[in-house]
This record gives sequence, C-alpha cells and structure tokens, in this order.
Amino acid sequence: MIKGLPLFPEQASTVAGQVDALYFFLIAVSGFFALLIAAAVVIFAIVYRRRATDTAPRPVHGSTALELTWSLIPFGIAMVMFFWGASVYFTMKYPPDNAIPIWVTGKQWMWKLQHQTGRREINELHVPVGRPVLLTMTSEDVIHSFYVPAFRVKQDVLPGRYTTLWFEATRTGRFHLFCAEYCGTQHSRMIGSIVVMEPAAYQQWLATSPTAAATGGGAAAADGGGKSMAAQGEALFGQLGCGACHQAAGGALGPSLVGVFGSEVPLEDGSTVTADANFLRKSILEPQAQIVKGFQPIMPTFKGQVTEEQIQQIIEYIKSLKATADNGQGQG
Amino acid sequence: MDAPETPKNYLTADYSIKSWLLTVDHKRIAVLYLVSITAMFLLGSAFAAGIRLELLTPRGDLFTSDTYNKLFTMHGIVMVFFFLIPSIPAVLGNFLVPIMIGARDLAFPKINLLSWYIYVIGATFAMFAMITGGVDTGWTFYTPYSSWVSHTNVTATAIGIFITGFSSILTGLNFIVTIHRMRAPGLTWFRMPLFIWAHYATSLVMVLGTPVIAITVALVGLERIFHLGIFNPQMGGDPILFQHLFWFYSHPAVYIMILPSMGVISELITCFSRKSIFGYSFVAISSLAIAFLGFIVWGHHMFTTGQSVYTGMIFSILSFAVAIPSAVKTFNWTATLYRGSLSFEAPMVYALCYLGLFTIGGLTGLFLATLGTDVHVHDTYFVVAHFHYIMVGGAILGYLGGLHFWWPKITGKMYPDGIARTAAIIVFIGFNLTFFPQFVLGYMGMPRRYHFYVDEFQVLNVLSTAGAGILGVGYLLPMFYFVWSLIYGKKAPANPWGATGLEWTTPSPPPTDNFAQTPVVTEDAYSYENLPVPTRASAV
Ligand code: HEM
Ligand SMILES: [Cu+2]
Repeated sequence: MIKGLPLFPEQASTVAGQVDALYFFLIAVSGFFALLIAAAVVIFAIVYRRRATDTAPRPVHGSTALELTWSLIPFGIAMVMFFWGASVYFTMKYPPDNAIPIWVTGKQWMWKLQHQTGRREINELHVPVGRPVLLTMTSEDVIHSFYVPAFRVKQDVLPGRYTTLWFEATRTGRFHLFCAEYCGTQHSRMIGSIVVMEPAAYQQWLATSPTAAATGGGAAAADGGGKSMAAQGEALFGQLGCGACHQAAGGALGPSLVGVFGSEVPLEDGSTVTADANFLRKSILEPQAQIVKGFQPIMPTFKGQVTEEQIQQIIEYIKSLKATADNGQGQG
Repeated sequence: MDAPETPKNYLTADYSIKSWLLTVDHKRIAVLYLVSITAMFLLGSAFAAGIRLELLTPRGDLFTSDTYNKLFTMHGIVMVFFFLIPSIPAVLGNFLVPIMIGARDLAFPKINLLSWYIYVIGATFAMFAMITGGVDTGWTFYTPYSSWVSHTNVTATAIGIFITGFSSILTGLNFIVTIHRMRAPGLTWFRMPLFIWAHYATSLVMVLGTPVIAITVALVGLERIFHLGIFNPQMGGDPILFQHLFWFYSHPAVYIMILPSMGVISELITCFSRKSIFGYSFVAISSLAIAFLGFIVWGHHMFTTGQSVYTGMIFSILSFAVAIPSAVKTFNWTATLYRGSLSFEAPMVYALCYLGLFTIGGLTGLFLATLGTDVHVHDTYFVVAHFHYIMVGGAILGYLGGLHFWWPKITGKMYPDGIARTAAIIVFIGFNLTFFPQFVLGYMGMPRRYHFYVDEFQVLNVLSTAGAGILGVGYLLPMFYFVWSLIYGKKAPANPWGATGLEWTTPSPPPTDNFAQTPVVTEDAYSYENLPVPTRASAV
C-alpha cells in the first residue's frame, strides 16, 4: 500500500517540463534566501549572544544603501520570475490551431466527455500521444476544476459558460484526472483518468463501438448510435425547429449560421462579438441578451429543452456548417 | 493570605462577575477576548485533529464525506474568522495600544465593550449553525455551491460571520481614533513603537475591508433565502463575481492576521537584542504599504478561473510588488540581530521560530504569484501549506510570542521560562513536520479538501498527521504553564525584560487608569542604549 516517498509527479505533457524548470528555479532562489536568513540568524545568535549584562550594544539605525540593495535585488529576481511565469502561462493559455476538440461537462460528481466522432465516456478520457487536444468545458451545476497533475494543467469548469484547456501528452499511459475545485459531498471521488494512446490505437478506439471497448475500470458511456457529434447536432437542429428561422440561404427570420463560427458578428447595439462557443451557447439559452444587427428579438429561449451536452452537439453542427457549405468562408 | 498592602490594579479592582461583564476597561476587555478566542482555538483544533486523523489513510474510513467536509469547513471558519482575525488585535492590541501610547483607555471604551459582545453573539450564531447541522462549503463559500446547492446551514453561518464583522470594524475604528488623538505628549508618529504602526495599518484594513465581506456573505444569504440570481448562472447571475468580492476582502484579511504579528516580532527582536530596530522608518511605512497593496492583489486567487491572460499578468506582477516589503522586513529583523546583545528567553525563541516559518511561508508565496507554477499548485495542498506557514506559523507564533512577552504585564505573574522555550521548539518542529510534507503533496498533485485520496499520497499524509500530534503538544503546553503561573508564578516586576516602551513603566498588572500621571515621551522608540540591563534572574 505504501509506495515509498514520492517527491515529484511524472512529466507527461509538453508544458510539464517548462513548469518544472520554472519550479526548480524558484526552489533554487527561495532555497538560497531561506538558507541565507537561517544562516544569519544562527550565526548572529551564537556570535552575539549576551555575555555582559551591563553594556548595551551600539545602536545601528539603518543604512539607506543597504536597504536599497536588498529591496532592488529581490525586485529584479521577482521580475525574472514574473516574466518567466507569464510566458509559461501564455503557452498554457493559447492552444495551437490543429488541436483536437473534445467537449467536457462537469457535474456533481462525474466528468462527462464527448469526442467529435460522437463517442462519449465518463470519468475517462482517451487521447492520442503527441497531438494537441483542446477541451471546451462547462458545468451543469457548481464550479469544478479539471486537473491533470502529470500534465501540470488545471482549469476551472464553470456553470453558465465555457472555459478551455489544452495539452499535448508526451507519453502513453494512464494519468490521474482530479476535480480541484471543492464541489460538495463526493468532491474527492470526482476523479478519473486520462488514457494516452498511440495515434493508431486511438483511431481504432474511436472507431470501435463503446460497448466493445468498455474497459474494466472505466465506465464508458455508450451511445450516439455511431453518429458524429455534428450529426447528432443536426438532428437536434431539426427536432427543435431551429431551421425554421435559421436557413442556410439567409433572408429568413434569423441570421444564417453558415460560417458563423469564429466570425465577428455585428450587434444591434453597435458592438461586435466573436461567435465562439460561449456566444452560441448564450444565444441558444438567452437569445435576447445579444441581438444580431438587422434582426428582431423574436427568438425563444431553449432553456430547459436542451442539455449541456446537446448544446455542445448543436455547436459542433454549427461549426461544421462552414466546412460543408461551399461559400468559401472556411478558415481555421 | 493578606494581600491588601498591594495597591489595586485592574484585576483586583473588583471581583464580581458583573464588574467583568460590564467593564469598559480596555485591559479587562482584552482578557475577555483572551478567554473567548482561546475557547475558539481549542474548538478549531479539535476539528483539525479530526481532519488529520481521517487523512492517515487514503480511504475515508473515519467519517462520512459529509462529516469530513463539515469538519474542514468549520475548522477554517472558526480559525480564520473567530480566532486568527481577532487574536492579536483584540487581545494584545486591546490591552496594549492605549498603554503603549500613554493613554488611559481607548477613545471609545463602551464601543470597545460592544465589540466584544458583538463578537460573542456572532460566534454563538456560528456555533449554533454548527450544532444544528454544520456547514460544508469550505471557509471560502464559493458560489453557486454555497448559494443554492449546499443543503447545510450556510445562512446561519453567514449571519454569524456578518455579525462578527462589525466587531472587527469597531475595534479598527477605535484603534485609529485612539492612535490619532490620544498619544502622550512627545509621542510623535515616528517615535511610536512598531507594534502601534502595525495596529494602525491593520485597523485601516479592518475598517475598509470588513464591510465588503459583510456584504458578500449577506448576498449569499439573500440569494439562499429569496432565490435571487446574483451568483446563480441559471438565473443570469455570475458565480465568479462572488470570488472577486470574497477575495477583495479576504486577501487583505490575511494581512489583518499577519501585520499585527509583524508588529509583535519587531518588539521582541529589539528587546532581546537590546538594539533599536534596523531601518525603523522602513519597517513602519512598509506596514502601510502592505496594507495598501494587499487591497489590489485579490485576483491572484483566480488564475485558473478563466480570467483573461492579461488580468492574470496584472495580478501576478502586483503580487510580487507586495512580496517586496514583506521580504525587506525579514531582512530588517535579521539585521537587527547583528551586533546585538542577544538573549533567548521564551518570547525571543518564539520570535526566531517565527522568522523561520514566515520566511518559508513568504517564499512559497512566490511560487503562487508566478503564473506558470500557480496553475499546477492552485487548490492543492501546496496552497494549504503556504497559508498555514504564514497564518499558523507566522500569525500564531507572533501571537504566542507576544503573549509570552506581555504575560507578566497582563497577569503580574512570571511563567517558567525553560518549559516555555521548550514549547516553542516543539511547536517549531511539529509545525514543520506537519506542513512541509504538504508542499510536496501539493506539487505531487493532491487537491485540497479531499476526503479520499490516491494511494501514492499516503506516506506524506502520515508524516503530516504525526507532525500535527507534536504540534498539538506544543500548543497545549502554554495553556498549562500559563494557568500554573497564575497560581504559583513569581510576581512580575514592572519591567521583567528590561524593555523600552511606556507599558513597562507602569506596574504589572497596570492600575485601572494605566498611569499615575500622563507620561511624557522624550526619546525614540527602542532607545536601548539609555536603559539599564536587567539581570536574567528576574525571569524565573
Ligand atoms: C504576509 C504574508 C502572507 C499571508 C498572510 C498570506 C496568506 C495567504 C492565504 C491565507 C492564502 C490562501 C487562501 C485560501 O485559498 O484559502 C494565500 C494564497 C496565496 N498567496 Fe499568500 N500569504 C502571504 C504571503 C504571500 C506572498 C509574499 C505572496 C506572493 C509573492 C503570496 C501569494 C499568494 C498567492 C498567489 C495565493 C493564491 C494561491 C492559489 O490559490 O493558487 N502570498 N496566501
Ligand atoms: Cu468537482
């Protein structure tokens, strides 16, 4: 049961090494200062211990030069930490363009994941090694936080909005996935694993039927009927009657959704907004909040009619509209 | 025993219960606080013991998850709101601020008594909430969990904290007015002891910050009762708004806990080195700088919420800015030892242990202010270790050091110095064994607030629990020898340590009016070169 004394988690993503390098730098700097102070205290305590009781030491009231030095040097070192830290943070925050999109929904107390192919899983995420993966995440209830220590990445998962997280695994294996934001009774059981596979094995895994692939420990959530997320979204689009207003050709009651994903949308109030996943989600649930220029505020809300996971499918469908439509709008 | 020949002091002035409960003497109110927060500390420690015992094994086999969650929540709430925040200001500050500036009392003695009653009422409310079901939100009350998901007694607890906040505001207000208006003749701002500077800065934070937490918890209460959509995203609310409001107070609040102990440490180090502090004006002004900067770094608790990269960068750089004055204070204390005449009575041993723990706590703050490393260790045991080093290592050691320093003044009795020094060392060892492994645990990836954990974290958790046992012994010892000293302790002279400062010019314990005549201050603080050195024997 007791597995020796661990000091250091394994490194399994492209940023892990960068974070660790920074961490060692910080340990070196703080170790130096901690030892400096400890040594000074111990040495002074021995050398200047009270010997005579009748003489008071000569007061030393201060030295501006010394105070400036020991303010400015730590300040300089702190700036190094700041810039280095910020640059690693930039790397963590901006995903490469070719990242594989995966959708995550947090819920007391499990992680639900959807792959573009329509394959879904719970508390287990399969990803290929050496390929960047971009997670778009939301929560059905309270705040959760998606945390993979071996990758050194963490991102809060908020209700009512999407946050994103990307990583690129550097080796195959099974790694812990934790919920890092306290979320109620079973917070500490809201854990799972990331299974990093060789790309070929991953493709095969995606293709096989969920039941066949269900592993012993992981509860693979079956379904989708073998249809991709976009196809499922298209079906929902039909069922919910979205197409009545949003016709591809335009000229209808609502704006055309072809090529809208990622574009700049002008609003009635004169501002523009990027039609990202957050905007699309909000437009489905609170259509009156941001009205696209030239249209009436007549769209009803679909709150209560679609689950978070279905909204993700609809967004995947809308995203796919730029690829299928040959209006030349497609761009990364 | 015939005592009548001793002149009356604030303790012997009247023995009735009523004279205590209706007192407006700041010294008696300080003692009332001392008793109340000690009770809270014992309660909070009992919760902590439960947590550490549960974490001996990775399976949650001692409590249910609900009970465990309530334990860490109530531990946090009791320790932060009902022990740490009032500790030094309400006990040592109340007792000493007027005496150290040569005043007869605080500016508003009745308000001072009121603030104690408010504290007791708030604490009672919170205790009531705990007995009748408990709370499980964590002391940070993050929404929407706290505002509509949790089924525990969040509202009653929030009311308790709301009420207690007023006690803090009133104390702060009282200190500010007292320090401005009631200083003895000759006591200019730059002659004030650093303890007073620290309390001045702390009071500003209390007065400006506490209303924000009061409003924040009130909003959570209102959302729960009236189902408003302030933080609930399903009703158009913003869950992150709560975090901004919460940390806008709670970050400065950590300075309410640490600034006063910095003040205490400055007094202890100068006294037991018999030297003026190195760089007095820097140390004084840096208290204000820390108080001010403390208000603009709250966003560093939110680097992983998804705030923009640029917001993150601004909060990161500001956090480094607030680290500098704290670092420099540490250098100043160390430099004060240089060529001093150091003696190691118990308060000094506490101060040196404080230096060690505070340094580790502050340096690990750098790991959290650095964006790239914070993402990984945020909300893990690394953060738990960091803030315990600062708040428990720093603030409590400062409090204990101060209590040992002024105990003779407060009670008129000496405690046994040898065992007190031993207790300090036990605390230091136990503390490091408890919390150092948690840094490693955090970097390994163990999230905080975990009832169950994965097997590979067990060794470090066992070490931590073992440390907590030692730490507990270290904390309990002073309770015994302090009580012992009340009965058997030697009578304390007016100035047992040969310290400077007006509080040592009046008898121990001080008379009700503090001074026979209003003192006149003619020299800077810490003019040790003009003072005769006491013999070691005056301390038992
Ligand atoms: C006077 C000294 C300090 C005090 C009293 C203090 C106190 C605290 C406390 C109580 C927390 C945890 C709050 C919670 O989540 O429950 C915390 C977290 C933090 N501290 Fe400190 N700290 C101090 C020094 C520093 C320094 C010097 C820095 C920066 C250089 C720093 C940076 C941070 C950061 C960034 C966090 C948030 C970590 C996270 O949640 O990811 N602290 N501090
Ligand atoms: Cu969670």
